Amino acid sequence: MYEHDVIVVGAGGAGLRAAVAAHEAGADTALVSKLHPVRSHTGAAEGGINAALQEGDDWELHAYDTMKGSDYLADAPAVETLARDAPDDTITLEHWGMPFSREEDGRVSQRPFGGLSYPRTTYAGAETGHHLLHTMYEQVVKRGIQVYDEWYVMNLVTDDAPDPNDRECHGVVAYDVQSGKVEGFRANRGVILATGGPGQAFDHTTNAVSCTGDGHAMAYRAGAPLEDMEFIQFHPTSLPSTGVLISEGVRGEGGILYNNEGERFMFEYGYANNSGELASRDVVARAELTEVGEGRGVEDEYVHLDMRHLGEDRILDRLENILHLAEDFEGVDGLVEPMPVKPGQHYAMGGIDVDENGQTCIDGLYAAGECACVSVHGGNRLGGNALPELIVFGKRAGRHAAGEDLGEAEIETGYGDDVEDETDTELPVAPGEAGLDTSGGVAADGGVAAEAEGLLERAVERERARVDRLMDKDDGIQHAQIRSKLQNAMTDYVNVFRTEEGIKKALKIIRECREEYQNVYVDDPSRTFNTDLQMTYETRNLIDVAETIALGALVRNEFRGAHWRQENQERDDENWLKHTLISWDDGEPTIFYRPVILEGEEKTYEPKERSY
Amino acid sequence: MSTQQQEPEPQEPESQEAPEDPEMRGAESPQDRRLKEKEQGLAQEETVDESDLEGETVHIKVFRYDPEIEGKQEPRFDDFYVPFEKGMTVLDAVMYARDEFDSSLTFRHSCRQAVCGSDAFFVNGRQRLGCKTQIADLEQPVRVEPLPHQEVVKDLVVDMDHFYDQMHAVEPYFQQADLPEGDLEEQRQSRENREKVKMSTRCIWCAACMSSCNIAAGDNEYLGPAAINKAYRFAMDEREDEEIKEHRLRIVEQEHGVWRCQTQFSCTEVCPKDIPLTEHIQELKREAVKKNLKFW
Ligand SMILES: Cc1cc2nc3c(=O)[nH]c(=O)nc-3n(C[C@H](O)[C@H](O)[C@H](O)COP(=O)(O)OP(=O)(O)OC[C@H]3O[C@@H](n4cnc5c(N)ncnc54)[C@H](O)[C@@H]3O)c2cc1C
Ligand code: SF4
Ligand code: FES
Repeated sequence: MYEHDVIVVGAGGAGLRAAVAAHEAGADTALVSKLHPVRSHTGAAEGGINAALQEGDDWELHAYDTMKGSDYLADAPAVETLARDAPDDTITLEHWGMPFSREEDGRVSQRPFGGLSYPRTTYAGAETGHHLLHTMYEQVVKRGIQVYDEWYVMNLVTDDAPDPNDRECHGVVAYDVQSGKVEGFRANRGVILATGGPGQAFDHTTNAVSCTGDGHAMAYRAGAPLEDMEFIQFHPTSLPSTGVLISEGVRGEGGILYNNEGERFMFEYGYANNSGELASRDVVARAELTEVGEGRGVEDEYVHLDMRHLGEDRILDRLENILHLAEDFEGVDGLVEPMPVKPGQHYAMGGIDVDENGQTCIDGLYAAGECACVSVHGGNRLGGNALPELIVFGKRAGRHAAGEDLGEAEIETGYGDDVEDETDTELPVAPGEAGLDTSGGVAADGGVAAEAEGLLERAVERERARVDRLMDKDDGIQHAQIRSKLQNAMTDYVNVFRTEEGIKKALKIIRECREEYQNVYVDDPSRTFNTDLQMTYETRNLIDVAETIALGALVRNEFRGAHWRQENQERDDENWLKHTLISWDDGEPTIFYRPVILEGEEKTYEPKERSY
Repeated sequence: MSTQQQEPEPQEPESQEAPEDPEMRGAESPQDRRLKEKEQGLAQEETVDESDLEGETVHIKVFRYDPEIEGKQEPRFDDFYVPFEKGMTVLDAVMYARDEFDSSLTFRHSCRQAVCGSDAFFVNGRQRLGCKTQIADLEQPVRVEPLPHQEVVKDLVVDMDHFYDQMHAVEPYFQQADLPEGDLEEQRQSRENREKVKMSTRCIWCAACMSSCNIAAGDNEYLGPAAINKAYRFAMDEREDEEIKEHRLRIVEQEHGVWRCQTQFSCTEVCPKDIPLTEHIQELKREAVKKNLKFW
């Protein structure tokens, strides 16, 4: 058994920032991560980090752009916190030595990005995330914060009070990937989930193989709702063969999209007459697929992104990394030919329901970064807005978990007074009821009053038994089969374009996956570095996450942000200025809603048509 | 794993040698039984003739070793034939082999885009990132082995602790005594200076350089190219002041530091991020001389 004040699960941008903040606030802090910190997916971020730093820009403009970009589904208190704190927190990175790109006068450079009214995307070449991740890890090393790397967190330890709002989180159960040893980690003050995105729920994704929504699924099964899961961002420029991302920075610098007839289709066909290639991502992704659908795609699959006209110097200065990516992963030389691109799953706007302090409805359980939904991105995230979210809300969660008073949050969490119940949408399959290996089993069976220590011990025993069961079973189905079936269903039916019929098909297949999972087994008999076992755990999480995405997509029968529904081509503000929440109760998902907060500190953001 | 308290694990031999006395951990009979069954299954797969598979296939030979499983304690190579697709990388091929043929095949990987640094392997006799290496560019059969000179944990997974220790030994974090007044005031850095340190900041901690270095292989205490490059990244950054630069130079010019380097360039050759490692090491040597630091 290990014991710390604050346990941060995940060591990407959000987790590292949370750990530094908690440590600075005086808490004995530890990071537990399935990957060594520098391997985290934040390292792949390319384009940059939004912060209103320059004269002429200000945080209110940033807030306004973000509300608009979100299609009015973000909560104003969260958005204002993001915009207000981002400049400070970005400069803190600079003070920690982050090698940002520089202007002639030595100040950090900023560039234009889609959906922004001011060029406020601060960047370090086309490898901003790499530098951010390493700079932050360096700070963790400097402070001597304990890191348990290559430890896979399997479950949270909470009591089982009937109402999740009364539950408390006491720690986590994890196993050391190198030795297979399953141990308890007790958190005296709080657990912060910073486990990143769930991109592996889809077949074609820009996300790393490790992005399996573990934090989402663990929080969900512990009783914290998942919010707005239907909003998945598909990035318009990923390489067709691998899903590797070509940064929006290319379009920010002036890159142009062409169809197979050499037409600059964003203008030619009126998809975005003002912003063209720099319209927000949902708009561009749909435009590309429409082009392909109407026979104007290249090889019926993709379109071209051209940056040749920017000139070799500028490309090498600002987008050098892109040249390498196109060359290594697609065999294309971006200096002499256009690059093939198509939309790929990229980002999850939704996530674990938290407030501005990173807190979930479960006491002592926090979430930050892509796995969380404090609701700054709403229906569509603007490029460059995820990295500031990591540092702003990672820091806040760390401080709050360590016991600092950040003031009362304005955003409610969990099933509270302000929720609206039930949906009249007919579900194609009865949700939930999943049996031993997929159901919760998070809440301990000892009742509310049970001691943390006892809860932890029992939770550890349960996970050990689960591992034994998975490894002792001699045959059945392997996770890889279930995983690819699930990924294909999501890509086929819950993609950029969505129909009711398709989503229902997806839900049926997800249910089949759930059932097949009852029969899953781990073939590798060794306890040493058993990735088979780890991926089997991850696959179970992907099933939970995929189901919430599809359920959310089914019930939201309107068109908002990244969520496009064939049958409903209008944004329906009258009925849908509300968040979808899905919580796991008694072994099945329950859907409820909470109104969006459009009132900011001083002004109210009036929903307007989102045109670019 | 270096910052973590861990019970000492038995050290395993290097990839090229047979393990002498590997400790058995939990190799219980049901596992052994399954392993035998599996081996039979695998044997069948191995004998699959190329012609049985439709279309073009790639023949990969993958290093296997597991200290815990009787049948795998003796290092060996397994053969896999995977269907070839245009653009296929070495990582794609081993993933295919794992997902379709043998789920116990073990390796690190994550980003698939050359930024996480976790899939450095020894491919056809050279350190390379699996995800960045096109299969089509290689001679077949493609031999995939763990990084040489590192202890093998299992299959292609090597123990990275020593590498991390060396990285940490150079105080790999920015140190600046005086920050500008005001929270929103950044430190100025000239474009030229950023350009100077730019390449050094690209390191992804893959350990390919360390694994390729003869000196590091012979001298376990040698800081190695990656750690020295990390020191360079800070020592050359004009935002740190002279005093701390001197401190940094003292770290790298100690007995097992820069002077060990014999400019063989092997690190520079294999670095997937094209960092001019040897040059950086040379430059630090010159700086140390300029500062009149003690020679070893
Ligand atoms: C290719 C790409 C480019 C992007 N570019 C930009 C950009 O330019 N600007 C921008 O603002 N945003 C960008 N984004 C989005 C942004 O990078 C991500 O949203 C963000 O980095 C996520 O950070 P995180 O800290 O939440 O998670 P991650 O960095 O993914 O870290 C997750 C951590 O959790 C750990 N973990 C997960 N599960 C477990 C478990 N079960 N047990 C233990 N540990 C676990 C992992 O080991 C890892 O350390 C980009 C995203 C992608 C994919
Ligand atoms: S210097 Fe290059 S080869 Fe060495 S660890 Fe860094 S990226 Fe890898
Ligand atoms: S998988 Fe990340 S570097 Fe190859």
